[in-house]
Amino acid sequence: MARMEQDNDRLNLGAKKFNMWIFIFTSFMLFAAFTSGFIVYAGGSGHGLNVIMPQSFLYSTIVIVLSSGTLFLASRAAKALQFDKQKLYLWITLGLGLAFFALQIYACYVLTYKMQIYFVDPNASRSFVYVFVGAHLVHIFAALLLLINTLIGTYRNIPQVRNMFKMELTSIFWHFLDIIWIYLYVFLLLNHN
Amino acid sequence: MSTLAVHDHAGTHHDEHGHEHHHDQSFLSKYVFSMDHKMIAKQFLITGITMAVIAMILSILFRIQLAYPDKTFPLLTTLLGRFAPNGRISPDFYLALVTIHGTIMVFFVLTAGLSGTFANLLIPLQVGARDMASPFMNMLSYWFFFLASVIMLSSFFVQKGPASGGWTIYPPLSALPKAMPGSGEGMTLWLISMVLFVASSLMGGINYVSTVLNMRTKGMDLWKMPLTIWALFLTAILGILAFPVLVAGVVLLIFDRSVGTSFYLSDIVLNGVQQPFEGGSPILFQHLFWFLGHPEVYIVIMPAMGISSEIMSVNSRKPIFGYHAMVYSLIGITVLSFIVWGHHMFVTGMNPFLGGVFMITTLIIAVPSAVKTFNWLATLWRGNIRFTPAMLFAIGMVSFFISGGLTGIFLGNAALDINLHDTYFVVAHFHLVMGSAAIFGMLAGVYHWFPKMFGRMMDEKLGYLHFWLTFICAYLVFFPMHFMGLDGVPRRYYAFTEFASMQKWLTINTFVTWAAIIAALTQFGFLYNFFVSIFKGRKATQNPWESNTLEWTTPVEHLHGNWPGEIPTVYRWPYDYSKPGAEEDYIPQTVPYSQTMSSNVPHDFEDNPAGLEELNKFTSTLKANEQVK
Repeated sequence: MARMEQDNDRLNLGAKKFNMWIFIFTSFMLFAAFTSGFIVYAGGSGHGLNVIMPQSFLYSTIVIVLSSGTLFLASRAAKALQFDKQKLYLWITLGLGLAFFALQIYACYVLTYKMQIYFVDPNASRSFVYVFVGAHLVHIFAALLLLINTLIGTYRNIPQVRNMFKMELTSIFWHFLDIIWIYLYVFLLLNHN
Repeated sequence: MSTLAVHDHAGTHHDEHGHEHHHDQSFLSKYVFSMDHKMIAKQFLITGITMAVIAMILSILFRIQLAYPDKTFPLLTTLLGRFAPNGRISPDFYLALVTIHGTIMVFFVLTAGLSGTFANLLIPLQVGARDMASPFMNMLSYWFFFLASVIMLSSFFVQKGPASGGWTIYPPLSALPKAMPGSGEGMTLWLISMVLFVASSLMGGINYVSTVLNMRTKGMDLWKMPLTIWALFLTAILGILAFPVLVAGVVLLIFDRSVGTSFYLSDIVLNGVQQPFEGGSPILFQHLFWFLGHPEVYIVIMPAMGISSEIMSVNSRKPIFGYHAMVYSLIGITVLSFIVWGHHMFVTGMNPFLGGVFMITTLIIAVPSAVKTFNWLATLWRGNIRFTPAMLFAIGMVSFFISGGLTGIFLGNAALDINLHDTYFVVAHFHLVMGSAAIFGMLAGVYHWFPKMFGRMMDEKLGYLHFWLTFICAYLVFFPMHFMGLDGVPRRYYAFTEFASMQKWLTINTFVTWAAIIAALTQFGFLYNFFVSIFKGRKATQNPWESNTLEWTTPVEHLHGNWPGEIPTVYRWPYDYSKPGAEEDYIPQTVPYSQTMSSNVPHDFEDNPAGLEELNKFTSTLKANEQVK
């Protein structure tokens, strides 16, 4: 026990996990800034959004909520030392994450080519939609890399503390991005006119 | 498969971070890509000093133009080429000089140079940790900063020169590459550099907060932390919350510049051609910018406050006056700094009611600021003062903070600001309150912790010369600017000879320029002292200032991991100086109360009834002995 304590002051995984929590705050501030920018812009210039959001946004929301569920199951399996189950749920989460990514890109395609809502538009409220989605997708991209890293870890047979550490980092980030997307989607729905 | 799997290798060969302190490091991993917080602190400091010297030289260049708008200096053409044709700095380059001077000083020197140096050096050492939460991220933080510095400076080597729209880069000047020479590649480089800089700042800040909250040694609860740590901790929180907002603003700006969106642009006619932008709002950028920009000035001053508090307490040989009040006022400043950004925008057509709200929140900042000032003065009061160079700079910091802070009350007033905005009054205000004050805090820190960083002492006599010349010259430079501002002289103007109403200030400008030149020359004395002392200074003892904090319990010779054995445990707050009844006038934090029975007071045992009982027993025995005598 004494040895474990001494270790802790040289390698502190708890502090590293805390880094992720703080990163979430910075990331949250970024989205808060974008959305408040939208409010200031739309309120000041009288330019409304006037866009009915494409259906794929709704589907992608369902997909990412499901992926949060499967990631939760993966964490639970990892905690219970059921590593095959953990791998399975991680793969499903990864698949759902990729599906979310694809659906979002498709939604942008629909916006641009079917609905003629362009990124470069004199009405910047519409440009904001792309900024929201884009900034979120950049984060999703990073989260997918993290997810893949965790998945690789499960095949490398790393120590359980490391495995749990990676699972927790991934979970914090992924659930956060899930919540941020719901926030952005609801924000867009509330401000669609 | 259990936790023990990791701990079985017990501390020697752990993962990717070679924390063990007995292996040989290559030159590259020791001095260049170091993951030791002490080395990273030195890297930040030396890069920061280099950037400061460059920004100072830039300021001397534009001061020469302001003092002698009609004279020609062929040397300038030799040095600067096309930026100074016919021996005079061109108007465009003048604006670039002002812009880059501001950018470098605010971000590269007083944010990264100050927080980067002292947070890296002091947080692990003063809270009792082996290193930062993530040493690797810490290393990245420095190298992103270094890259940002290089890119910022590289803008001097592009055809049209560096960004020149002011350090606040308001659109449309920053959003239209063709608006002015400095809006072209120079602006692009500025934006790239700042994105890297923000990334660096965030990585640093995340580490600082996490280390303070998670890695304090045994006994080090939050109320036993030195004020330096409190200040650096709250500064990091400010950065974490404010910098992402700047990123949001800059991302939208980049889209306006390069893609053609209209977030900030509207009704633009460029060279007689109507541009397609519609509906954008330049004020939106100002909101996003100043939501960072205002906390930024506290990011700059709070570390200086923390450093000065610590140094003034050590060198007054007295506990800091009102430790809790100092912490709460720092917290107050942190919170208030997020709700005052509108005072930078009083005259942008803001709703006067909103202006009134921002005015009230702004003026409330005077309260925590005054609490701090009075506490510093009360700390000095009847102290057994040791006038080390660090102490002088700390006192100088308080002086500038007062004289610059007072004018903040004028500028924070929405009605007075109609007259004062964008004049030299503003220039005088912020150069005193955040420029001079923060740089003095930084220099105080350098003089004070130099022995910790390099194991040697700086020369005191040169330190005194450095202090007095810099202190006097800083006032000579910035004080006259108040009067220019009151007379309505606007900032950022190229030649005062062009306006009849401003001509009478030309003599003052000459005076200010000479004061600035003397101040600049003085800094070379400091540089000499700094670099020579690294190699030839007097060898430092382990605790040269007889200070209480943990960093002075580490050996003079640096080792990765800071303490050779176990990390010391902390028993008391860091300000037990001149405690009545104690053998010496300082009691380090690592000394338990059981060893200082003669100096213990009931207050020390507020949350420790057993200790209080012991103390009572001790005092009653003492009294009984007295009576026997």
